[in-house]
Amino acid sequence: MARRTGSVSGPTAAGTVVALILAALVAVLSRADWPVVFGAADWAVLRFTVWQATLSALFSVAFAVPVARALARRRFAGRGLLVTLLGAPFILPVIVAVLGLLAVFGRAGWVSQGLGWVDLPPLSIYGLTGVVMAHVFFNMPLATRLILQGWQTIPAEQFRLVGQLGLSPAVVFRTLEWPVLRQVVPGALALVFVICLTSFAVALTLGGGPRATTLELAIYQAFRFDFNLGRAAILSLVQLTVAGGAAVIALWILPPIVLQTGRDRPVQRWDARGLWPLDAMWIGLAAGFLLLPLGAVVVSGMIGLGQMPSSVWSSTWTSLWVATLSAGLLIALALPIAAWLAQARWGGAEALTLLGLAASPLMIGTGWFILIYPWAAPVRFALPVTALVNAMMALPFAVRILLPAMRQVFADYGRLSAGLGLHGLDLWRIVLLPRIRPQLGFAAGLGAALSVGDLGVVTLFADPEVATLPLQMYRLMGSYQTNAASGAALILLGLAFGMFWLCDAWGRRHVAG
Amino acid sequence: MLQVDGLRVVQGDFALSADFTIKAGQRVAVIGPSGAGKSTLLGAIGGYTPSVAGRVVVDGREITNAAPDMRGIAMLFQDGNLFPHLTLAQNIGLGLRPALRLAADERQQVAHALGRVGLGDFGDRKPGDVSGGQQSRAALARVLVQNQPLLLLDEPFAALGPALRAEMLDLTSEVARDTGATVLMITHAPEDAERAADQVLFVDEGRVDAPRAVADIMANPPEALRTYLGH
Repeated sequence: MARRTGSVSGPTAAGTVVALILAALVAVLSRADWPVVFGAADWAVLRFTVWQATLSALFSVAFAVPVARALARRRFAGRGLLVTLLGAPFILPVIVAVLGLLAVFGRAGWVSQGLGWVDLPPLSIYGLTGVVMAHVFFNMPLATRLILQGWQTIPAEQFRLVGQLGLSPAVVFRTLEWPVLRQVVPGALALVFVICLTSFAVALTLGGGPRATTLELAIYQAFRFDFNLGRAAILSLVQLTVAGGAAVIALWILPPIVLQTGRDRPVQRWDARGLWPLDAMWIGLAAGFLLLPLGAVVVSGMIGLGQMPSSVWSSTWTSLWVATLSAGLLIALALPIAAWLAQARWGGAEALTLLGLAASPLMIGTGWFILIYPWAAPVRFALPVTALVNAMMALPFAVRILLPAMRQVFADYGRLSAGLGLHGLDLWRIVLLPRIRPQLGFAAGLGAALSVGDLGVVTLFADPEVATLPLQMYRLMGSYQTNAASGAALILLGLAFGMFWLCDAWGRRHVAG
Repeated sequence: MLQVDGLRVVQGDFALSADFTIKAGQRVAVIGPSGAGKSTLLGAIGGYTPSVAGRVVVDGREITNAAPDMRGIAMLFQDGNLFPHLTLAQNIGLGLRPALRLAADERQQVAHALGRVGLGDFGDRKPGDVSGGQQSRAALARVLVQNQPLLLLDEPFAALGPALRAEMLDLTSEVARDTGATVLMITHAPEDAERAADQVLFVDEGRVDAPRAVADIMANPPEALRTYLGH
């Protein structure tokens, strides 16, 4: 009873993460200009950050409700594929999606060209519109899945009863759908709000300027353009307070995040037989909104593949090893923490991992830049720090994926293992790792994909010599080499989905009985 | 030999007290209504449930606070007695070495145990590929190689049909005879006790009566046992 697995390594791993974040925070604090002066420009940044996150959350969820409703009550060929596709934006590199959105909705995009034929002015999606649109692109699918999962908890028998009594869609909504919606929607809103609050790459590519700068972007600009560490420090503190506060509030109303695909069983529905054109429209809108930008990336990427400078290939290699290192670090941190929490008697332990979402990658990056600067050229540490920060950002998700499986193993085989004297490494090798292999593969794949597509900390450190693929792509976009950027986007897309698929497939192979 | 001295286990508002001695090599059926504390008793002896007072002594060695694997006890649970991702031979090998790196003679021991329970050719199969009865046999083969002085059974055969269950009880008796183990087995069926036990421990509302010979207690059951059996 005394020897619990991970009772030392779990707190050590968690402590390391906390120490890394705290060290960054202390470093940032040491460089802030006291007393803190918060100017009009800073207020504008804060206002825009909160405003775009609010709009993103509202639009994402408002779009998600009818789409989820349509998906919940219709069965059609390709429905399963579409529901799976809703999980794809989670591992889609932000900059790839941005390029796709620009190809469809940008000034020279498909929609603008169509408008040009009927003598209408082209769209412009830079600024608030673009930022919110990109956030909706990423978070509407997430919200849809949360709501869909909520409605799937309604037993099929209740819908059989609906069919038998011939209840109208309005009555079904009031009696069955609304009570679930009321529980899920606040959580979905909160989650999207928190995610958008700390969004960086979207603001970097589609925002900017005095009217569309988020806190993360302002940290980057203060740091990169002005090398004003004092201002970067103050903005980092504001970011930590705002995002941390929002995350704490969100914790109270957050639904459990289920990242796993599958387990989606369409329920036979007898209500709303006549409303199918409406549902078809919502499903078509959602599918088009998600698939058109992705299709645009693939099409223009094929054209651009031949026009890429060789630097794209070297940064592909860089990204590959950074993501591999990051996934390795992620697993090395997540496994002991999950094993520790799985045996913890304190139920709030799981919630604590979500707080990690609030830590700003740019704040951590800034802090470590300050710490490294007096000793060595920070550029030399750009890639290891990127891999580490990426791992820390993916940690809350990885722990939440591993924890239920780990709990199950201890519940099913804890006593048997203890009775046989399986401890420490033997327990990991013979029992834990084989039993949680599917979740391990999924978490590692997620970590690799998130890292390979991340355009965050690396922007602070990198110099022209060192670049990950997303950064290289961003530079190509910035120098108007759109074709080359499209080619790089296609490679990045393949890299993100390929790494995820590889890890996930490894986990699913030989799934034990 | 199993000696339980003034053992007291508290779980929420449920409390169990036990004070009894079982002679070495005896097979004891633990009988009583649901929620009486049978599993709690075995859990406390096995080292899975902490006790607040008393002592547990196995073969003269006090094990009250020892880890489950350091108590001289082999235990089979209601389910989850085999790891589904390991072969039957590997599952049995765990009874010899938790690190699962077996020497040649230990491999031989595993093969012998497999043969002893009638699974000679099944060593490479996984639990999911064999029947429930064969899974029980494999678990008993591991008990055989564990070779511990005390064997605890928390209804591992409850899911089997009557004929198969009787077969497993007979095999358990053989395994216990081979290893010289004292056996404590929870059961709901009086015929199981009559078939495979020498003594009965009756547990009711957190109290454990002194062990009595099977024939004696069945012929002359105390009031609470009579109510439980529905006689």
